[in-house]
Amino acid sequence: MKQPQMRTPMRRVRGLGAGHSGTGEFWHQRVTSVAGIPLTFALFVIVISLLGRSHAAVVQILGSPLIAIIMLLFIVNMAYHMWIGMQEIIIDYVHEDKLKLVSLMANTFFAFAVAFASAFAILKLSFGV
Amino acid sequence: MAELEAGTTTGARRARPLSPHLQVYKMMLTFVMSGFHRVTGMVLYFGILLIAWWLIAAASGPNAYAFFEWCMSTLIGQLVLFGYTWALLHHTLGGVRHLIWDTIHGFEPAEREMLALATIVGSVSLTLVVWVIGYLAMGGPR
Repeated sequence: MKQPQMRTPMRRVRGLGAGHSGTGEFWHQRVTSVAGIPLTFALFVIVISLLGRSHAAVVQILGSPLIAIIMLLFIVNMAYHMWIGMQEIIIDYVHEDKLKLVSLMANTFFAFAVAFASAFAILKLSFGV
Repeated sequence: MAELEAGTTTGARRARPLSPHLQVYKMMLTFVMSGFHRVTGMVLYFGILLIAWWLIAAASGPNAYAFFEWCMSTLIGQLVLFGYTWALLHHTLGGVRHLIWDTIHGFEPAEREMLALATIVGSVSLTLVVWVIGYLAMGGPR
Protein backbone atom coordinates (compact mmCIF):
# COMPACT_ATOMS: atom_id res chain seq x y z
CA MET A 1 0.00 0.00 0.00
CA LYS A 2 1.48 3.33 -1.04
CA GLN A 3 1.76 5.98 1.63
CA PRO A 4 0.07 9.24 0.73
CA GLN A 5 2.62 11.92 -0.18
CA MET A 6 2.56 14.55 2.52
CA ARG A 7 5.59 16.52 1.39
CA THR A 8 5.00 19.68 -0.55
CA PRO A 9 7.37 21.34 -3.03
CA MET A 10 8.08 23.88 -0.29
CA ARG A 11 10.33 21.29 1.34
CA ARG A 12 12.65 21.30 -1.66
CA VAL A 13 12.53 25.06 -1.96
CA ARG A 14 13.56 25.48 1.67
CA GLY A 15 16.77 23.60 0.94
CA LEU A 16 18.04 26.47 -1.17
CA GLY A 17 16.43 29.15 0.85
CA ALA A 18 15.66 32.73 0.07
CA GLY A 19 18.14 35.55 -0.38
CA HIS A 20 17.16 36.89 3.05
CA SER A 21 17.10 40.47 1.87
CA GLY A 22 13.47 40.39 0.80
CA THR A 23 12.28 43.45 -1.05
CA GLY A 24 14.98 45.71 0.35
CA GLU A 25 16.72 46.34 -2.96
CA PHE A 26 13.41 46.77 -4.79
CA TRP A 27 12.54 49.54 -2.36
CA HIS A 28 16.00 51.13 -2.47
CA GLN A 29 15.80 51.22 -6.27
CA ARG A 30 12.56 53.23 -5.93
CA VAL A 31 14.04 55.57 -3.33
CA THR A 32 17.14 56.27 -5.45
CA SER A 33 15.01 56.73 -8.59
CA VAL A 34 12.83 59.36 -6.88
CA ALA A 35 15.94 61.12 -5.55
CA GLY A 36 17.47 60.86 -9.02
CA ILE A 37 14.81 63.07 -10.66
CA PRO A 38 15.74 66.40 -9.00
CA LEU A 39 19.44 65.43 -8.92
CA THR A 40 19.45 64.78 -12.70
CA PHE A 41 17.72 68.10 -13.30
CA ALA A 42 20.36 69.78 -11.09
CA LEU A 43 23.18 68.07 -13.02
CA PHE A 44 21.88 69.53 -16.29
CA VAL A 45 21.67 73.01 -14.77
CA ILE A 46 25.21 72.73 -13.33
CA VAL A 47 26.79 71.35 -16.52
CA ILE A 48 25.08 73.92 -18.78
CA SER A 49 26.08 76.79 -16.49
CA LEU A 50 29.72 75.60 -16.60
CA LEU A 51 29.90 75.24 -20.39
CA GLY A 52 32.70 77.30 -21.90
CA ARG A 53 34.03 78.60 -18.56
CA SER A 54 37.71 78.58 -17.71
CA HIS A 55 39.22 75.84 -15.54
CA ALA A 56 39.63 78.24 -12.61
CA ALA A 57 35.96 79.24 -12.75
CA VAL A 58 34.84 75.59 -13.03
CA VAL A 59 36.96 74.65 -9.98
CA GLN A 60 35.54 77.52 -7.97
CA ILE A 61 31.91 76.74 -8.86
CA LEU A 62 32.16 72.94 -8.53
CA GLY A 63 33.94 73.38 -5.20
CA SER A 64 31.37 75.76 -3.74
CA PRO A 65 29.39 74.10 -0.92
CA LEU A 66 25.93 73.91 -2.53
CA ILE A 67 27.17 72.59 -5.90
CA ALA A 68 29.62 70.17 -4.26
CA ILE A 69 26.87 68.77 -2.02
CA ILE A 70 24.51 68.31 -5.00
CA MET A 71 27.24 66.58 -7.02
CA LEU A 72 28.12 64.30 -4.09
CA LEU A 73 24.45 63.36 -3.66
CA PHE A 74 24.16 62.74 -7.41
CA ILE A 75 27.21 60.47 -7.52
CA VAL A 76 26.37 58.45 -4.40
CA ASN A 77 22.70 58.12 -5.36
CA MET A 78 23.50 57.02 -8.92
CA ALA A 79 26.29 54.64 -7.89
CA TYR A 80 23.88 52.79 -5.59
CA HIS A 81 21.04 52.91 -8.15
CA MET A 82 23.23 51.52 -10.94
CA TRP A 83 24.73 48.89 -8.62
CA ILE A 84 21.24 47.49 -7.90
CA GLY A 85 20.22 47.76 -11.57
CA MET A 86 23.28 45.97 -12.90
CA GLN A 87 22.93 43.27 -10.25
CA GLU A 88 19.38 42.69 -11.48
CA ILE A 89 20.59 42.44 -15.08
CA ILE A 90 23.38 40.00 -14.14
CA ILE A 91 20.95 37.81 -12.19
CA ASP A 92 18.57 37.82 -15.18
CA TYR A 93 21.08 36.90 -17.89
CA VAL A 94 24.17 35.26 -16.36
CA HIS A 95 23.34 31.71 -15.34
CA GLU A 96 26.78 30.16 -15.10
CA ASP A 97 27.71 30.16 -11.40
CA LYS A 98 31.35 31.27 -11.54
CA LEU A 99 30.73 33.93 -14.16
CA LYS A 100 27.77 35.17 -12.14
CA LEU A 101 29.86 35.50 -8.98
CA VAL A 102 32.66 37.28 -10.84
CA SER A 103 30.17 39.63 -12.53
CA LEU A 104 28.41 40.46 -9.27
CA MET A 105 31.76 41.17 -7.63
CA ALA A 106 32.97 43.28 -10.57
CA ASN A 107 29.71 45.24 -10.37
CA THR A 108 30.38 46.07 -6.73
CA PHE A 109 34.00 47.05 -7.44
CA PHE A 110 32.92 49.30 -10.33
CA ALA A 111 30.17 51.06 -8.40
CA PHE A 112 32.44 51.68 -5.40
CA ALA A 113 35.35 52.84 -7.58
CA VAL A 114 33.18 55.33 -9.49
CA ALA A 115 31.58 56.64 -6.29
CA PHE A 116 34.82 57.04 -4.33
CA ALA A 117 36.88 58.44 -7.21
CA SER A 118 34.21 61.04 -8.02
CA ALA A 119 33.62 61.87 -4.36
CA PHE A 120 37.37 62.35 -3.86
CA ALA A 121 37.49 64.70 -6.86
CA ILE A 122 34.56 66.76 -5.53
CA LEU A 123 36.06 66.97 -2.05
CA LYS A 124 39.43 67.98 -3.50
CA LEU A 125 37.71 70.73 -5.49
CA SER A 126 36.10 71.92 -2.27
CA PHE A 127 38.98 71.64 0.21
CA GLY A 128 42.05 70.79 -1.77
CA VAL A 129 44.99 72.71 -3.09
CA MET B 1 10.48 -1.81 -9.87
CA ALA B 2 8.36 -0.38 -12.66
CA GLU B 3 6.68 1.79 -10.11
CA LEU B 4 10.08 3.04 -8.88
CA GLU B 5 11.21 3.96 -12.40
CA ALA B 6 7.97 5.70 -13.10
CA GLY B 7 8.42 7.54 -9.83
CA THR B 8 11.86 8.84 -10.79
CA THR B 9 10.80 9.99 -14.25
CA THR B 10 7.91 12.00 -12.91
CA GLY B 11 10.39 14.06 -10.90
CA ALA B 12 13.10 16.37 -12.04
CA ARG B 13 14.13 14.50 -15.22
CA ARG B 14 11.12 15.27 -17.32
CA ALA B 15 11.63 18.29 -19.55
CA ARG B 16 9.92 21.19 -17.94
CA PRO B 17 7.68 23.48 -19.96
CA LEU B 18 9.29 26.81 -20.78
CA SER B 19 7.48 30.09 -20.85
CA PRO B 20 7.64 31.85 -24.22
CA HIS B 21 10.55 34.22 -24.58
CA LEU B 22 10.98 37.65 -26.19
CA GLN B 23 10.77 36.58 -29.84
CA VAL B 24 7.19 35.30 -29.69
CA TYR B 25 5.76 38.68 -28.75
CA LYS B 26 4.57 41.25 -31.22
CA MET B 27 6.73 44.36 -31.38
CA MET B 28 4.73 46.96 -29.50
CA LEU B 29 5.75 50.39 -28.31
CA THR B 30 5.42 49.40 -24.64
CA PHE B 31 7.64 46.37 -25.31
CA VAL B 32 10.28 48.48 -27.08
CA MET B 33 10.24 51.14 -24.36
CA SER B 34 10.69 48.43 -21.72
CA GLY B 35 13.81 47.31 -23.59
CA PHE B 36 15.00 50.89 -24.00
CA HIS B 37 14.74 51.41 -20.25
CA ARG B 38 17.10 48.52 -19.54
CA VAL B 39 19.47 49.38 -22.40
CA THR B 40 19.70 53.07 -21.41
CA GLY B 41 20.29 51.92 -17.83
CA MET B 42 23.28 49.88 -19.01
CA VAL B 43 24.56 52.78 -21.13
CA LEU B 44 24.33 55.12 -18.12
CA TYR B 45 26.13 52.54 -15.96
CA PHE B 46 29.25 53.08 -18.08
CA GLY B 47 28.31 56.64 -19.03
CA ILE B 48 28.79 57.81 -15.46
CA LEU B 49 32.51 57.44 -16.23
CA LEU B 50 32.10 60.68 -18.22
CA ILE B 51 30.95 62.47 -15.06
CA ALA B 52 33.75 60.87 -13.04
CA TRP B 53 36.32 61.82 -15.71
CA TRP B 54 34.97 65.39 -15.80
CA LEU B 55 35.22 65.77 -11.99
CA ILE B 56 38.65 64.12 -11.76
CA ALA B 57 39.96 66.24 -14.66
CA ALA B 58 38.72 69.42 -12.98
CA ALA B 59 40.35 68.34 -9.71
CA SER B 60 43.61 67.37 -11.45
CA GLY B 61 44.37 70.74 -13.04
CA PRO B 62 44.10 72.93 -16.13
CA ASN B 63 45.88 70.50 -18.49
CA ALA B 64 43.73 67.51 -17.60
CA TYR B 65 40.63 69.70 -17.86
CA ALA B 66 41.70 71.09 -21.24
CA PHE B 67 42.24 67.54 -22.51
CA PHE B 68 38.76 66.53 -21.31
CA GLU B 69 37.24 69.60 -22.99
CA TRP B 70 39.11 68.83 -26.22
CA CYS B 71 37.92 65.19 -26.23
CA MET B 72 34.32 66.31 -25.72
CA SER B 73 34.59 68.92 -28.49
CA THR B 74 35.48 66.35 -31.15
CA LEU B 75 32.73 64.88 -33.31
CA ILE B 76 32.91 61.54 -31.47
CA GLY B 77 32.90 63.35 -28.12
CA GLN B 78 29.84 65.36 -29.13
CA LEU B 79 28.03 62.22 -30.29
CA VAL B 80 28.87 60.45 -27.01
CA LEU B 81 27.63 63.45 -25.01
CA PHE B 82 24.46 63.68 -27.10
CA GLY B 83 23.81 59.96 -26.61
CA TYR B 84 24.49 60.27 -22.88
CA THR B 85 22.07 63.20 -22.62
CA TRP B 86 19.34 61.25 -24.39
CA ALA B 87 19.97 58.05 -22.38
CA LEU B 88 19.84 59.99 -19.09
CA LEU B 89 16.61 61.79 -20.03
CA HIS B 90 15.01 58.65 -21.47
CA HIS B 91 15.87 56.56 -18.41
CA THR B 92 14.59 59.34 -16.13
CA LEU B 93 11.25 59.58 -17.96
CA GLY B 94 11.02 55.77 -18.16
CA GLY B 95 11.65 55.73 -14.42
CA VAL B 96 8.80 58.18 -13.85
CA ARG B 97 6.59 55.85 -15.90
CA HIS B 98 7.60 52.93 -13.66
CA LEU B 99 6.93 55.00 -10.54
CA ILE B 100 3.44 55.78 -11.88
CA TRP B 101 2.89 52.05 -12.44
CA ASP B 102 4.10 51.38 -8.88
CA THR B 103 1.04 53.31 -7.68
CA ILE B 104 -1.16 50.86 -9.69
CA HIS B 105 -2.16 53.57 -12.18
CA GLY B 106 -1.74 53.75 -15.94
CA PHE B 107 -2.25 50.08 -16.84
CA GLU B 108 -5.23 50.51 -19.18
CA PRO B 109 -4.33 49.85 -22.85
CA ALA B 110 -4.70 53.49 -23.92
CA GLU B 111 -2.81 54.72 -20.83
CA ARG B 112 0.10 52.30 -21.40
CA GLU B 113 0.42 53.38 -25.01
CA MET B 114 0.22 57.04 -24.04
CA LEU B 115 2.92 56.62 -21.36
CA ALA B 116 5.21 54.72 -23.75
CA LEU B 117 4.76 57.38 -26.43
CA ALA B 118 5.30 60.18 -23.88
CA THR B 119 8.56 58.53 -22.79
CA ILE B 120 10.15 58.49 -26.25
CA VAL B 121 8.68 61.79 -27.53
CA GLY B 122 9.56 63.47 -24.22
CA SER B 123 13.13 62.18 -24.10
CA VAL B 124 13.91 63.17 -27.70
CA SER B 125 12.39 66.64 -27.38
CA LEU B 126 13.98 67.30 -23.98
CA THR B 127 17.38 66.24 -25.36
CA LEU B 128 17.01 68.75 -28.17
CA VAL B 129 15.87 71.46 -25.72
CA VAL B 130 18.86 70.78 -23.43
CA TRP B 131 21.28 70.95 -26.37
CA VAL B 132 19.77 74.17 -27.72
CA ILE B 133 20.05 75.74 -24.23
CA GLY B 134 23.62 74.45 -23.96
CA TYR B 135 24.45 75.80 -27.39
CA LEU B 136 23.05 79.22 -26.48
CA ALA B 137 24.92 79.12 -23.14
CA MET B 138 28.15 78.59 -25.07
CA GLY B 139 27.48 81.91 -26.82
CA GLY B 140 25.10 80.88 -29.57
CA PRO B 141 25.98 80.91 -33.26
CA ARG B 142 29.51 82.20 -33.83
